[in-house]
Amino acid sequence: MKNLPSPFHFLLAAGLTFAFVAFSGCGQTGQQGSAGGGALSSDVASKVYVAPGKYDEFYAFVSGGFSGQLAVYGLPSGRLFRVIPVFAVDPEKGYGYNEETKPLLNTTHGFVPWDDAHHPELSQTNGETDGRWIFINGNNTPRVARIDLSVFETVETIELPNSGGNHSSPFTTENTDYVVAGTRFSVPIPQTDMRISEYAGKFKGALSFIKVDKETGKMSVAFQVLMPGFDYDLAHAGKNKSNGWMFFTSYNTEEKNSLLEVNASQNDKDFIAAVNWKKAEEYLAQGKAKDFPANYVHNYYDESTQMATSETIKSVKVLDPADCPGMVYFLPTPKSPHGVDVDPTGEYIVGNGKLSTDLTAHSFTKMLKAIDEKKFDGDKYGIPVLQYEAVVGGVVKEPGLGPLHTEFDNNGNAYTSFFISSEVVKWKVGTWEVLDRIPTYYSIGHLMIPGGDSKKPQGKYLVAMNKITKDRYLPTGPELCQSAQLFDISGDKMQLLLDFPTIGEPHYAQGISADRITPHVKQFYKLSENQHPYRTLTEKDAKVVREGNVVHVYMTTIRSHFAPDNIEGIRVGDKVYFHITNLEQDFDVPHGFAVLGANNAELLIMPGQTETLSWEPKQEGVFPFYCTDFCSALHQEMQGYVRVSAANSATALKWWLGTEPEVQ
Amino acid sequence: MKNLPRILFFLAAASLLMLFVFPMWQITLIAPQYPHGVTMYIWINKITGSEPGTLQNINILNHYVGMKFIEPDSFAELKYFPIIVIVMSAIGMVLAWMGNKKWWIAWLLAGVILCTLGLYDFYLWEYDYGHNLSPTAPIKVPGMAYQPPLIGNKILLNFLAKSWPYVGGWFVGLTFVLGFLAVLFQKKTHLKNEEVLAGGRDGLSGKRLLSDSPTH
Repeated sequence: MKNLPSPFHFLLAAGLTFAFVAFSGCGQTGQQGSAGGGALSSDVASKVYVAPGKYDEFYAFVSGGFSGQLAVYGLPSGRLFRVIPVFAVDPEKGYGYNEETKPLLNTTHGFVPWDDAHHPELSQTNGETDGRWIFINGNNTPRVARIDLSVFETVETIELPNSGGNHSSPFTTENTDYVVAGTRFSVPIPQTDMRISEYAGKFKGALSFIKVDKETGKMSVAFQVLMPGFDYDLAHAGKNKSNGWMFFTSYNTEEKNSLLEVNASQNDKDFIAAVNWKKAEEYLAQGKAKDFPANYVHNYYDESTQMATSETIKSVKVLDPADCPGMVYFLPTPKSPHGVDVDPTGEYIVGNGKLSTDLTAHSFTKMLKAIDEKKFDGDKYGIPVLQYEAVVGGVVKEPGLGPLHTEFDNNGNAYTSFFISSEVVKWKVGTWEVLDRIPTYYSIGHLMIPGGDSKKPQGKYLVAMNKITKDRYLPTGPELCQSAQLFDISGDKMQLLLDFPTIGEPHYAQGISADRITPHVKQFYKLSENQHPYRTLTEKDAKVVREGNVVHVYMTTIRSHFAPDNIEGIRVGDKVYFHITNLEQDFDVPHGFAVLGANNAELLIMPGQTETLSWEPKQEGVFPFYCTDFCSALHQEMQGYVRVSAANSATALKWWLGTEPEVQ
Repeated sequence: MKNLPRILFFLAAASLLMLFVFPMWQITLIAPQYPHGVTMYIWINKITGSEPGTLQNINILNHYVGMKFIEPDSFAELKYFPIIVIVMSAIGMVLAWMGNKKWWIAWLLAGVILCTLGLYDFYLWEYDYGHNLSPTAPIKVPGMAYQPPLIGNKILLNFLAKSWPYVGGWFVGLTFVLGFLAVLFQKKTHLKNEEVLAGGRDGLSGKRLLSDSPTH
């Protein structure tokens, strides 16, 4: 029910009422859940059964929405493997609390420990998912993050300048040349203190193209396209013949700044913006871009030093379509299109007009022809608007209510989610005939087929991500879990296989066959490659160093002790940094570190890694620390003490493991 | 193939050098938490593991029961064994060229004695590691020793320990097989005329093997 315009409430209520009437007529079977649940055969159970110790065939990366995280599931089992903190701090892993990862959450607004993460997008090579990285957007404080899939950790975040909310992001081109970041909320560019009612014409929307380094994955904002003050909703890149183009949906082409649910729903057609990024590169090379003053933060985690650092960037290259003919065109698309999805051939650009009863697919070939023949319906702020009839390639007639997103299989079929009518509809690309439909429980948003937005969909399964669960699970108070549903799409008819709850609110997801990821998953960090500035590579090197009020503890962990495990000479008012190196060199042997009274979190240190926790003792006494991750038979013995003396005390700095030294 | 015995004996001597290419022995520890096992390789000149961290991991596991750390640098054997192997191999090659069967047999006997001594040394080393336990070990099981088998499989607490020759060790076996065949053919080749005429079919008898080879 999140963020739903009120006309939807009515339709939804009507839909639910209908559902209630329909199901109450079914007779009492004792089944608590509603439709679909009882119809499953044992055949279905075997399709999702992954025997103990066996692996799932696919990874699914499902966004956590307002949890700011990314969840990793297996398909077809729906088992949750890991929750990767991206824009949200995670005390369990020390993410955003330890000194190494804190910089990843830096922005020009300071430390922002939360975001609204919507769309994961896998990196691609030749239009196929390659399993190297996955990107995800932060919608609130506009950011894009990169997660390294050899370690399943967030390794980079970049803030977007001139943006209000990074929603149409981070969709990739077919060789991960760029991931894009279009602003959902247009804002004054550059930002300034002005009257909100001067929105129309004064506010602008920035479409950012983030260059991704082929080797390291490192991101940089290559350029921005300065667009009219619409809301840029979603995007997808062209493929094959349409490679070189990026398509963005827009709504609020009315340019209103209040009561948008009414005011931004007036135009019969909004636009899909077709941006020729290869042309943009040419203009960039010709020096057509203007250097706009900007202010944004780029945070990068160096795998060798195991530290993230932040840099603030003060300028951005901006291309104005009015100065760059042929770079941007508008494709009129009915009724506030939400998702824009390009079929695997690259010919059709599907606009999911969420308030429309039809589904519109533009033809790329026709678009090029229309541009050639200048079939324009005028322009908007210097951007040519193509004639609808000249570009439309096909229309799926009345497939359902509230189309939001479309994904594709490898047999020329498309699958569209319908929020209001709460269903997935399968249709044929090219003939536009509806082939099948199946209900979802309830109110589906995004849907995902492994590789379903790439050139080579892997097919087999479809995952629906639902906004509402109502009676599908045991109740947990007013806040219910959100959920995903797994469908088998290998046959002519879609078949519901499984419901599984998700973290936060799932928006988009990505799926990929496991064999594209598992060969390069790291088992542990090599100690010999650890270049952390505060590393301690052997127990002999463990030490405690005082620099004024700052104390650096160089500590190691190995089954089952810390070195040192007794420390004296710390004073109230000190700032103590525990730099802990896990000396283990084996798979699945992390150690934890927790110290009494820590105001931040624990550390969870992977083998070969160094992490740092700051601790500011406020009371005199002797305080224990211990390992939090059950590491071994003697895990419970893995503990130690820090003695904290008065601020002005003369207690000598001393540390040891086993036998207390006479002097240090 | 007049030179076949010499070639065989040369290969027997050369086969020893494979000890520098492959480990001679492997000890694998298998437990539920280590489904693929933790494998330690013993070479003629070093000790390694299936992974770079294996030795450290075995040492970590062993310290619970008070076993000493395995420090490859502390083994004098790893320093002088390679010299013995090189010297033996070189002598063998010279003997192959000389073609004197008596010396061949002597060389093979010396090899057997050296191997036996090596295995005995290995046994003593295993005995020491398995029995010489720290009195402050966290886990003490009365009457329990942790000596891995010299050769074969043995259950030690939660681990199944498997100790078997590895590729380098197989080549040492090949040395003896080839050396034995060389001696055998050397005899046959050179006895051909006299013995066949004499109707003697027992060319393999110990007496003949040990007797002087006739000259051409």
